[in-house]
Amino acid sequence: MKVLKIDKKDWAGGIQKAHKAYRLYGPVQVKDKGFSEFQALGPDAMPDMTATDTRLSPKSIAFPPQEVMMVFTTDENSELCNQMQVPQKDYAPRAIIGIRPYDAAAFLLVKKNFDTPEYRDPYWCDAYEACTFIGLAVNTPSALDFSTSTKSGPFDENGLDVLLVDTGNHYLAKILTDKGAAFAKSAAWETEAGAAGEKQIAELKASAEKQIRATVAFDNIQRQSIMSLYEADFWEEVAFACINCGTCTYVCPTCWCFDIQDETHAKCGKRMKTWDSCMYPLFTIHTTGHNPRGTKVQRVRQRFMHKLKYFLDKYEDGIMCVGCGRCIRSCPVNIDIRKVCDIMNSYSAGADTCALKK
Amino acid sequence: MSAYTDKIKKIAGRLLQECRVDMIIGFRKGSLPMMNEPCFIKNPADVDKLVWDSNCGINLANYVTDRKEKIGIIAKGCDSRNLVTHIIENKIKREQLYIIGIPCQGMIDRRKIAAQFQQEIETVGEQGDKITIAGGGASQTLTKADVIQENCAVCIHRNPVIYDELAAELVEEQKDVDRYAEVRQVEAMTPAQKWQFFEELLAPCVRCYACRNACPLCFCPTCFVDESRPQWVGKTLDPIDTRTFHFLRAYHCAGRCTDCGACQRACPVNINMRAFTKKLEKDAFELYGWEAGLSLDVRPPLDTFKPNDPEDFIK
Amino acid sequence: MQNPYLPYPVRIDQIITETEDKNLKTFKFVFLNPQDEAKYAYKAGQFGELSIPGKGEIPIGIASSPVEKGFVMFTVNKAGLVTNHLHNMKVGDVMGIRGPLGNWYPWEKLEGKNILIVGGGFAFTTLRSSIVYMLDPANRSKFGTIDVVYGARSPGMLLYKQELIEWEKRDDINMHITVDRTDDPDWKYNVGFVPPITEQKAPQGDENTYAIVCGPPIMIKFTQPVLEKLGYAHDHIIMSLENRMKCGFGMCGRCNIGKEFVCKDGPVFTLDQINMTPREY
Repeated sequence: MKVLKIDKKDWAGGIQKAHKAYRLYGPVQVKDKGFSEFQALGPDAMPDMTATDTRLSPKSIAFPPQEVMMVFTTDENSELCNQMQVPQKDYAPRAIIGIRPYDAAAFLLVKKNFDTPEYRDPYWCDAYEACTFIGLAVNTPSALDFSTSTKSGPFDENGLDVLLVDTGNHYLAKILTDKGAAFAKSAAWETEAGAAGEKQIAELKASAEKQIRATVAFDNIQRQSIMSLYEADFWEEVAFACINCGTCTYVCPTCWCFDIQDETHAKCGKRMKTWDSCMYPLFTIHTTGHNPRGTKVQRVRQRFMHKLKYFLDKYEDGIMCVGCGRCIRSCPVNIDIRKVCDIMNSYSAGADTCALKK
Repeated sequence: MSAYTDKIKKIAGRLLQECRVDMIIGFRKGSLPMMNEPCFIKNPADVDKLVWDSNCGINLANYVTDRKEKIGIIAKGCDSRNLVTHIIENKIKREQLYIIGIPCQGMIDRRKIAAQFQQEIETVGEQGDKITIAGGGASQTLTKADVIQENCAVCIHRNPVIYDELAAELVEEQKDVDRYAEVRQVEAMTPAQKWQFFEELLAPCVRCYACRNACPLCFCPTCFVDESRPQWVGKTLDPIDTRTFHFLRAYHCAGRCTDCGACQRACPVNINMRAFTKKLEKDAFELYGWEAGLSLDVRPPLDTFKPNDPEDFIK
Repeated sequence: MQNPYLPYPVRIDQIITETEDKNLKTFKFVFLNPQDEAKYAYKAGQFGELSIPGKGEIPIGIASSPVEKGFVMFTVNKAGLVTNHLHNMKVGDVMGIRGPLGNWYPWEKLEGKNILIVGGGFAFTTLRSSIVYMLDPANRSKFGTIDVVYGARSPGMLLYKQELIEWEKRDDINMHITVDRTDDPDWKYNVGFVPPITEQKAPQGDENTYAIVCGPPIMIKFTQPVLEKLGYAHDHIIMSLENRMKCGFGMCGRCNIGKEFVCKDGPVFTLDQINMTPREY
């Protein structure tokens, strides 16, 4: 695939041009907060390419914290009384500038949930398909980055249409897909970097990957049975500090669980899809009051088992984590998924027993 | 600080060995700089995991709610006040607790420190009132007083108010601190300014309820925001629902809040919800001379009635 | 692919109060757009989401049978927000239904086999669907013996009473109706809980006999050892699970037991399968 060279002097001009064909999203510093978020960029706004990881992941571009799925009226005089209508949505092309490679890889994991052979979530899928992902390679990974252990990495190309690499005065743009080529054209990125560009990317990639010190392994998790890990004796200790706040699930690029809620004002209403979290007791409570995951330990176990075991077994394509480290950084009580993964992976008691044999 | 840690280990080991308690609740070293993790220890051989330093801001009273065991608990000033509140509100019995009191010297605010350092922080050390941070080949020394949590800076109850044993000599309480400067700033605003202030304050809220869950006072079996029959509050990010949550939660803490700062620490989007609770703390102090969690023998102002109450509505 | 969250608009065509405590009502729905009925082709054991704008949705087993045309039918216990509201609705009111959702009793595998149905309380709905399906003249010859143990707290709490009486009269189905207690001197059926009646009346389990069990947790708990005693292997005991659901097709993430979603991979599982998953239901 082609590698282009963009002089940083021409960067703003290119983005301005791309604005004509795409709705642009990028990291923006949040005023007085000391962190950045992915936001839709106004006509003159530029993505902050120096930002480290955004506080929340960019998953909200296809999976907003709240989204109207349908609208309705309860007015009995209306012909459409109590009949759900899907509102018009704008799925014009959008480009996500400066997304980190592992955050883009996360979209591929979430896609497994929302785009299945039997059912397709049109809200997530339509938004996702409207996106062109212009990723920015991570030259200096943070101490919490363990993305190389999760099949992703600081220069991972999976899920991206263009990989940008910051070389100081230039960006190198590796065009990965037709969508990426179309974006490059709209931004008038034309200068080819040739083999020298590819070599430079390879060098920077090797250097970035070498800087990553955090790793996780899940080979042994893969070999163990679900029931063996589920019934393991370490969960109480793992879960003790947790306050079930759900921050980990909100900041996570791969957590997709949601709720459906109706909101009505007078006779007009909307059915909303909102973020939900396995950390909340309400997530699973039955009408009778019975709750299959009524305790904190059960909920913490669900989160880690889902990410590190159920997903692994279900799709046989790695864990449901891209190693961005957000949950570790944001957890108010320092629960560290790397540590939990390690505990699960080094667990061996009763490795091949199941409930039946006990 | 290592003297504190040594003493804590010694006390914890003795309590477990003598079977005075079933478990110790304290802190173990975290996996990140400036973070320690609440933990329990049941085996005397494991007491070496316990640590104490200026990164133990999490309120441990939150971890004893409705527990049945005999617990040895590490408690700094605010934790001890919340334990008192817990005992008064029947969330734990005094006899269940062996309180290892920690005279507190203030907890550092990791976000303040991170904001002052360009590189990613790799290590943080403390030596008396100096904090040394290092990372990315650079290092910097800060004065602890400049980077402690806002609630610690105005704290006048650093010493535990209730304990069975102390892990160190009592410290001198801070005097002449202006506890309510921020509240007065808001009080001085016009209604329109206040409206805007609170609107901006709550705008980033994602309704994750981390503030509520971190708060040792928020132990209702079903919080009003989670109630579905009837559903008092909507579940989306509608600003009215978000405000309703924060206002009601703050009022629910009136006369109970010890300003431990747990809510603000836990917030993933850096909302200072102490702007609400501090105002109610001030009102409780000025109207009733009340500070929460100082005594096991006095009922809090909002669950007592006096026949000579000056207000008409209550008669 | 169509939007799986979008309900088909339906009109309430008939409401039948089933039980003496009036907490169970059967709703017959007719599709506003007749072509939707064909899209709603279902098998006995599947469920649908009843959707009331402004209130929400509730997953309920389909009580009508694939062999019954022109309507779909659900029997609903008044319990939560949505069902309370539904119980106050009138014939002619419009609402929505989604589905059919989930898997079904494994009819492909059950052909040529003897069937034991064990049901309790208001969980009899998809079992009714199954019985009507099997008794249909076009289908009856596909199955061996059919035994039904069905229990309720009292005679007045039994669902579908007219049909039960008709089935009692037939000789191609063995009905074992029971109630926990009754002071009706004319009651001519069984008295006792479902597990002991199952032990007394149900056929022995063997390679060619399958049990379909649906009922409250307490009934399931005590029926399981009875079936084991009768010789039913765990892969011959078929159960339908319930969990809190929202989407109904495996996306919202809440109803899982291990890696299986009760809504999409279930609700029908063999006991064998359930034994391999965390009991989070």
